[in-house]
Amino acid sequence: MTDASTTDAGLSQTPPASVLARKRGLREGLLPWVTTPLLLLVLVGGWHLYVRNSGISPFILPAPGDVWTEWRYLMVNPRGWNHTYWTLYATLAGFFWAIVIGVGLGVMIARIRWLELTLNPFIVATQVIPKVALVPLFVVWFGFGVTSKVIVAAVLAFFPILTNTVLGVKSIDEGHRDVMTSLNATRWQIFRRLELPSALPYIITGLEVGIVLAIIGAIVGEYLGGNLGLGRMLIERMNAFEMDEMFAILIHMSMLGFLLYFSIGVLRRLLIPWHGSVRH
Amino acid sequence: MTTPARTAGDGLVPAISLAGIEKWYGTRDAPVHALSATDLEVAEREFVVLLGPSGCGKTTMLRMIGGLIAPTGGTLTVEGQRLWDGENRRSEAVSELGMVFQDANLFPWLSIEDNIALPLELKGMDKARRRARAHELCQLVGIMGFEKRWPRELSGGMRQRAAIARALSYDPKILLMDEPFGALDAMTRDAMNLELQRIWMDTGKTIILVTHSISEAVFLADRIVLLSPRPGKIDTIVEVPIPRPRRSEVQASETFQSIALALRQRLAEIS
Repeated sequence: MTDASTTDAGLSQTPPASVLARKRGLREGLLPWVTTPLLLLVLVGGWHLYVRNSGISPFILPAPGDVWTEWRYLMVNPRGWNHTYWTLYATLAGFFWAIVIGVGLGVMIARIRWLELTLNPFIVATQVIPKVALVPLFVVWFGFGVTSKVIVAAVLAFFPILTNTVLGVKSIDEGHRDVMTSLNATRWQIFRRLELPSALPYIITGLEVGIVLAIIGAIVGEYLGGNLGLGRMLIERMNAFEMDEMFAILIHMSMLGFLLYFSIGVLRRLLIPWHGSVRH
Repeated sequence: MTTPARTAGDGLVPAISLAGIEKWYGTRDAPVHALSATDLEVAEREFVVLLGPSGCGKTTMLRMIGGLIAPTGGTLTVEGQRLWDGENRRSEAVSELGMVFQDANLFPWLSIEDNIALPLELKGMDKARRRARAHELCQLVGIMGFEKRWPRELSGGMRQRAAIARALSYDPKILLMDEPFGALDAMTRDAMNLELQRIWMDTGKTIILVTHSISEAVFLADRIVLLSPRPGKIDTIVEVPIPRPRRSEVQASETFQSIALALRQRLAEIS
């Protein structure tokens, strides 16, 4: 044993290497916290100077100060939060169904060749048909309520989740499969202990794209029908030529998007800490 | 002291028995005869090495014994139980087998101890007992202290030790190893050969190991089964009467050298 451990130890070398990596990681981790506010400051400053000096109409481009005032008002306005709630609801409900259908169908398609061949043209069809053009139809079918928004969000978000799931399940290492076969694993055990964890990095990448599309879907759905949600609110403000308020809503939407995207990043760290995409 | 290889002749059931086992691959238009009808018996506690050039069907043979690919003909029994029912594996026979592959094939999302205990988890053993068993096995294969690490944090040799521990976790009677050290550097490989001999002597398993390294074969085997290609078949079977435990230095001994030389010459003729 002793002579063996000296030949393939290599582990006494790791601590300094990992410490170095951690230091570099820390510096890289801090960088965006400095550059992002700085860059934002430059952008908003440029915006402010342009509005003040060009004499542009506030109906076309409002001053950042006015937008800021409106945004603060939006934050304390219960009506604003009510709209936010409905947009968030449509996004998350749509996203939920996109996961259920995308992952479920993806796992089946990756394993059953004839199913893939049969369904592929239809899945591609749901993507090449301009979905935004379908939204009025959804409104006719599912009404002006939140259901039609949930469906638009789900239809948009499910495709990247599906394709990534298929790729993930197909990328499973043959050697890993051999291990499970030689251990007499049942089909369920193979799914639960091998296919799912192995495909998870791919699925999470699909979720990252999917969540962004779900918000877009919910908001576009709100543009075209009903009287609830941030999308509706935005259109109303624009029709009333209240540009500063419209910009405030736009910023509010973007922050919502950031928050949801960031949540998926947190999910990635929690679910696949072992994966190379997670930096320690 | 030589441990004489016990064969079926002394009235015991062999650990593994192949009778007329053969394998055809490919389509009806272009069939490939991977292994022609083969008979072989491996005794309990015996260390058998399958040696041969690439394409001789040694890995095919091992994978059929391991229940990973079905033979196209013949009868294969493991501990007296038929392994194959046509295309279907019989699971009782499979549970007497532990497999180690050329790649460690550890699951990157499981810690070393969870990888080692994976077979026990599949069998429904509770967590505390699994942990205890994994710890015990880490000790046996010489990777204590690495239980909580991710596989990617270990060297190739260490990962292969963990793979051996995983195959031993449920205490199968037979260990099947498919070029287990083929991906390791020469020094680590020598060390692993010594380790494997020790583990084999400690645990009393029956081992079938596939390799294309002559020195590895002579160092480890009680019996070397030399296979020739196109179609794969058993060419010769060579006994290695070197006493155990064998130390690295036996490689310089006359017996070792003469067996290795004979094998080298025969391999040159058949490949």
